[in-house]
Amino acid sequence: MFDHVRNRKLSNHNSNPLMAVFNLTINNEDFKVDVDPQMPLLWVIRDFAGLTGTKYGCGIAQCGACTVHLDGNPVRSCSIPVSSVNGQKVVTIEGLSDKGDHPLQLAWEEMDVPQCGYCQAGQIMTAAALLKEKPQPTDQDIDNLMSGNICRCGTYNRIKKAIHLAAKGGKS
Amino acid sequence: MSISTMNRRNFLKIGITAGGGLVLGLEWLSSCNPAGSGGAEAAMQTLNAFIKIGTDGLVTIMAPNPEIGQGVKTSLPMIVAEELDVDWKNVIVEQAPLDTDKFKRQVAGGSGSVRESWEPFRTAGATGRQMLVNAAAAQWQVDPATCTTAGGMVLHKASGKKIGYGELAEKAATLPVPTDVKFKEPNAYKIIGTRTTNVDMKAIVTGKQKFGIDTKREGMLYATVVRPPAFGQTLKSFDDSEARKMPGVSNVVSFDNKIAVLGRSTWEVMHAARAIKAEWQDDGKLESTADYKANFVKALEKLPKESKRKDGNIKKAFASAARTFEATFECPFIPHNTMEPMNFFADVKADSVELHGPIQLPDRARNTIAEKFKIPKEKIRVSMTRMGGGFGRRLMTDFVEEAVAISQLAKAPVNVVWRREDDMSGGYYRPMALYKYKAAVDASNKLIAWHHHSVGISGSTARENNFPAGAVENLQVDVHDYKSPVTTGPWRAPIHNYIAFAEESFIDDIAHQLGKDPVAFRLELLEQAKAKPVGQCDYDPDRYAAVIKKAAEMAGWGQPKPQGVYQGIGAHYSFKTYVAQVAEITNVNGQLKISKIYCAVDCGTVINMSGAENQVEGSMIDGLGHALYGELTLTKGKPDQSNYDRYRLIRMQEAPAVEIQFIRNNEAPTGLGEPGLPPVGAAVANAIFAATGRRLRSQPFMNTGNVFTMERKAEV
Repeated sequence: MFDHVRNRKLSNHNSNPLMAVFNLTINNEDFKVDVDPQMPLLWVIRDFAGLTGTKYGCGIAQCGACTVHLDGNPVRSCSIPVSSVNGQKVVTIEGLSDKGDHPLQLAWEEMDVPQCGYCQAGQIMTAAALLKEKPQPTDQDIDNLMSGNICRCGTYNRIKKAIHLAAKGGKS
Repeated sequence: MSISTMNRRNFLKIGITAGGGLVLGLEWLSSCNPAGSGGAEAAMQTLNAFIKIGTDGLVTIMAPNPEIGQGVKTSLPMIVAEELDVDWKNVIVEQAPLDTDKFKRQVAGGSGSVRESWEPFRTAGATGRQMLVNAAAAQWQVDPATCTTAGGMVLHKASGKKIGYGELAEKAATLPVPTDVKFKEPNAYKIIGTRTTNVDMKAIVTGKQKFGIDTKREGMLYATVVRPPAFGQTLKSFDDSEARKMPGVSNVVSFDNKIAVLGRSTWEVMHAARAIKAEWQDDGKLESTADYKANFVKALEKLPKESKRKDGNIKKAFASAARTFEATFECPFIPHNTMEPMNFFADVKADSVELHGPIQLPDRARNTIAEKFKIPKEKIRVSMTRMGGGFGRRLMTDFVEEAVAISQLAKAPVNVVWRREDDMSGGYYRPMALYKYKAAVDASNKLIAWHHHSVGISGSTARENNFPAGAVENLQVDVHDYKSPVTTGPWRAPIHNYIAFAEESFIDDIAHQLGKDPVAFRLELLEQAKAKPVGQCDYDPDRYAAVIKKAAEMAGWGQPKPQGVYQGIGAHYSFKTYVAQVAEITNVNGQLKISKIYCAVDCGTVINMSGAENQVEGSMIDGLGHALYGELTLTKGKPDQSNYDRYRLIRMQEAPAVEIQFIRNNEAPTGLGEPGLPPVGAAVANAIFAATGRRLRSQPFMNTGNVFTMERKAEV
C-alpha cells in the first residue's frame, strides 16, 4: 500500500503546482501523499491509503459517517484539509482495535446494531471518543455526543444500548 | 462455487465441488414453486436457491437477494439452514451475483424477499436434508424413515449410528432429488424465530465491509457528473478547460445533457466538477413548490373521468347523510437520502460489460443497459454489493446507465460517485401529494360514505383496496396523475407512506367528532368489513383488528394516565403485514415530547427476531423523522435543499423509546422492510391532537410551527 502511494507520487501529476507532499500516520502506518493541500483527510484515507471503512456521507461535517480520531479526538475527516493534519496521528475504524474486539465493536455485535451498516463506522468512532471522555455516560451524554451522527435506518436506540453495554464492560 | 459442474438443462441440478462436497443447485424449484403461476408479477417473484456442503461439514448458503439493510442476507439463509437442519454457526453466507436462471427473484423491493422465499427456501433446505438422509440410510442399509437429523448430522436411533453431513455430501450428490419433502413443524424450529446476528456484523464494525462506493479495480477511474441544476433544463454548452488542468483529472466527457469528470481519486473529480462552466437552457416548465400546490388544488376541483374504485353510490349516501366530514392532507417531495450516495462501477469492454454496485433491481439494470446500449444481455455481468440503504432509490437504473455511458466514452473501468448534493437534487423523489377526503355517517353514527380524492405525480396516490375500503357501503376513489419534469419514484412503502397519515388522521378526526373512542371506532369498522365486506378487500379484518387491540393493550389505551400524558393511534396494512402503533406524548413544562411508541405487528412467522425488531423500530424512527422534518422544495425546477445543513433527518436525541410485540402465529412470514413506517405519522399527529386539539394536516409537521407546544387546550 505504501509503495502504491509512492508510485502515485512518481506519476506525472507531481509537477502540478497545486499539489504538495504530505506525511501521515494512519493506524500507526506511515503514508506519503502528493495531493492538493485542500484535499480533505477523508479522501486521502479512502483513495490513497486504501482504507475504505471510513465513509463519505455529506462532505460538509453534518452526518458523521467520516468520523476518525485525530490525536484521539473525534473529527469529521470530510472537512479537514490534509494540509492541516501534518504530524497528528490518525486512527480509523480499521485501527480502532487489533482484532475487532474494542468493547464497542463487541457491544455492537451483541446488540445486533446495524441495518445497512454504512454509518456505523462513524457511529463507533464517535462513541469510542465519548467513552474515553466519559467512561460511564448517561443517556443525555450519549444524545449530546452522538447527535452529529445520522443513521437513516434508525438504529439510534440500539446504538445507545450498545454504548451503555460497552460502558458496563460487555455482555448484557 | 462451481456452477460450471452443474448441468443447467438437467432436472437434477447436482455437482461435486472441487473440494468434493455437495452442490445442490435448485433450478428445479421453479417448477414446484406455487408462486410460479400467475403472470408477470408472480414470475418475477419466483425464486430458487443454492446450497453447498463442504466435506468439513461447513455449509455455504447463497443469499441471492440484494442486501440494503433489510436483513435478507441473514434471514433468507436462516430459512434454508432450518430445514436443512444444520447448526447456524456452521453456515457461511455468500452473496450471489445476478443469475435469474438460477435464483429467479433477485429483488430488494416491495418487502417481498421473505414472503416470496418462504416456500422455495424451505423446499431447498428440506430437499437437501432428505438427500443427506437417503445417503446415510443407503450406507447403513436402513429405511430412511428411521433416520433423523440434528445439527448437521444424520442419526439412526436403533443402531446408535450417526454421521456428519460433510461425510455424506459426495454420496448424496449422486442420489435422485426427492420431490415431496416434508417441512418441519414450527415447534421444532431451532433457527427460525431466534435472535440471529447480521452475518456481515464483523466486517461492518471493523470497517472491512465493502459497499459499492468502496469498489476499486486496476486501472479504474473515479468519475463524478455535473447534471442540469433544475428539472426542465438541458445542457447548452460547457467549458472544461479549467477542470482539465486540475490535479488528478484525466478526462472530461459529455453525454445525455451531462458532463462527467474523470480522474484518479474521488475528491479530485468532485472538486474539478465545480470548475466546469456549463450553460443550461430551459427545456420544459420550471415549476416551484408553490406551483404544485396551486395546480394540485386546481386538479381537485373536479373529478377525473374514471374512478379507481366505486362501491355503492356516494352521491346518494352524502345526500341522505346525517352528518358529513371533510379534511385535506398534504405531503411534500422527499428525497431518499440513502447514507451511501448513489454510485456504480462499470467496465465496458468490446465484448463484455461488468457492472458492480448497489442496486435493488439488478435484473432491471441489466435489461435497461442491454436495451439502451444495444449490448446482448448475456454479455453483461452484474454483481451486487451490500448497500448503504436503498429505500426505493436503488430500484432505479439511472446511476447504472451513467456509469456505462461514461465507461464507454472514457474506454476505462469507472466508479461513478455522486456528491451528496447530486444525490439529493438528482430526483426520483417521493412525489408531493394532496388528499381531499369526505365522509358521512347516518343517524346512528354509522360510517356510510367515504370519498378519496387525491393528486400526485406520475403514478397513483391511492391504495383503493385497503382499509377502510370493504368497511364502507358507499366508497369512491378518484385519483389525478399530474405530469411534471421532476422525476419521482418509489420511496419506502410507496403511497402507503403518505396515505396512512392522511387516512388514519381522518378516521381519528371522525371518531373524535362523533364522540367515539378512536380505537373502538376502527374496530367497529373492521367488524363491518368482516361481517359484510363491500367489494374487494385486500386485508384480513381479524388480523387487522388484532394488532390494533394489541397495541392498545400494550399502551394501556383508555386507562387513566398521569397528568400530561396523551396518546394517539395509527394502524396500517401494507405488503401483507399488519401494524398498529400508539404514540405517547408527554407535556414537559408546556413542551410536548414523544416519549414512547408502542407497536404491534403481525408479519406471520418471525424469521429473525432481532432483525425483525430492528426493521420495525428503524422504520418507525425513519417514518417519524420524515413526518416531522422531511421536505424538499423547488424553486423554478431547482431543489432548494441539497445537503444535511438544509435538509433535516432525525437524529438520536429525537428518537423516542419504542416497544414492539409480534403477534404469535404460524402464518407464512411477510416482509418488514417497509410496513413499520406508514402508521407512525398519524399515530403522532393523533397524539398531538389528543394533547392540544390541533389537527396536523400537512407534512412535515415542523412547518406547522410550534408543533410541540401546548396551546388551544388547557392542561387537564
